[in-house]
Amino acid sequence: MVLTGPSGCGKTTLCRCFNGLIPLFYGGKLEGEVVVAGCKVVEHSIYELARHVGLVFQNPENQLFALSVEKDVAFGLENLAVPRDEMRKRVDWALQITGIEDLSERPPHELSGGQQQRVAIACVLAMQPDVMILDEPTSFLDPVGAQKIFEVINELNKELGITVILVEHRLDLASKYANHVIVMDEGKVVLDGEPRGVFNSEKARLIGVGVPKATRLYQILGENGIRLGRVPVTSEEAASLLREVLKRD
Amino acid sequence: MIEVKDLCFTYPTGVEALKGITLTIDDGEFLAIMGQNGAGKTTLVKHFNGLLKPTKGEVVVDGVTTGEVSVAQLARKVGFVFQNPDHQLFCETVEEEVAFALRNFGFEENAIKKRVDWALNLLDITQYRQTSPFMLSGGERKRVALASVLAWDPQVVILDEPTIGQDHQQKEKLRQFIVQLNAQKKTVIVVTHDVEFVAECNPRVVLMTEGKILAEGPAEEILTNQKLVAQASIVPPQITQIFLGLSDFGLPTNVIDVHEARRILLDILEGAS
Repeated sequence: MVLTGPSGCGKTTLCRCFNGLIPLFYGGKLEGEVVVAGCKVVEHSIYELARHVGLVFQNPENQLFALSVEKDVAFGLENLAVPRDEMRKRVDWALQITGIEDLSERPPHELSGGQQQRVAIACVLAMQPDVMILDEPTSFLDPVGAQKIFEVINELNKELGITVILVEHRLDLASKYANHVIVMDEGKVVLDGEPRGVFNSEKARLIGVGVPKATRLYQILGENGIRLGRVPVTSEEAASLLREVLKRD
Repeated sequence: MIEVKDLCFTYPTGVEALKGITLTIDDGEFLAIMGQNGAGKTTLVKHFNGLLKPTKGEVVVDGVTTGEVSVAQLARKVGFVFQNPDHQLFCETVEEEVAFALRNFGFEENAIKKRVDWALNLLDITQYRQTSPFMLSGGERKRVALASVLAWDPQVVILDEPTIGQDHQQKEKLRQFIVQLNAQKKTVIVVTHDVEFVAECNPRVVLMTEGKILAEGPAEEILTNQKLVAQASIVPPQITQIFLGLSDFGLPTNVIDVHEARRILLDILEGAS
């Protein structure tokens, strides 16, 4: 699921409700109910919820603290009292899958922003939670690095059945993996559905959602009387739809 | 004008981050520096305001060699907005944050007030005037950092990943503002991974890899060169990808802009029918 919407609309705040950081850590006034993996969030402590929900912070520096990458990735597992052999296996797996094995002995605070984001993702991956929340997890990564991370997350979703909630503005990169998009505005959910319908809606345009360029091209061509068979989200889809139109002529 | 001559830089840890960079940036230019993580982009721009001094070679900003002056002296001329706003923000309120540098530069209180108002309004954060920057969202903090630099109106503005956390409307405002700065002969240097933002702006692009410049030229030339793009660990803009997928129809492959794409497709389709 991709969660998007204007800067300051409440995306990060909503994510903090999913693992109990709100209200248990941030305080404030909370009404209504959040149920995650069958647990009512307010009835559980953060450490119980952490077994089910992993949150990758927007700013990796706020999450990393250990003296080596490996220790940071192992920290969550130590707290869950995972046996040593299993811990070793899962830490190595998480480092390998995020492509940072060669950084395992390095202090996280000395790494670049992009490397720190990989470490933060590895920390949460190692826990193998039911639900993974990633708050702009690739903002410091180059596009190829970002794509690799999205592919890893996509595989985890498909193969291990992990629910993925991805907070993103760069919809051109993220949309092709999503089957559900939610748009927030001023603290409310204003659009909720499958990507094509949401991106092509009048409301998305009015709120100023940066829909993928493939979708935008579909809309602009439509305004000029050229109809493509369906709403494209990726460049491949747009190219193959255009191919049909170009052949027809 | 910024002149970079055979610049090499090695960090105290021994990491050789820049290996011979030569580059000239004219007044009023809009330059985007792109390339993979660890290519040396941030290291390079930190030389433009003297935060880092060359190990070898030199950087000359408006006739002044950066190695010979302090960061404080260069700061008035060259403003730098960090990648991570948390490395930059420290005041109790947004207003104080934006006024801080102005006070340091010795502006009059009246002028400070005017400039703070202007910058807060420009970045759409006036309503947070009395709020602590640390209570704001990631995207809003980024805009406070931007405001605090733009407020003193430097001749050269360096923006390290300015679009992080920004929604589409904010990016569009940023683009328009950069165009305005350029019109006033101010230089804007952006370090970014945001290919779609660069495609919308079409600046001159410098592509870096492993401490060297791989290529430079207009965005529509660089971003549509599949070989270069792959070497620099970036992906072509979505519109380019679409046109690359249609190259067997004889369509041009150097398209980055959605409106240009529309024009080309309409010409072909309407011409045919």
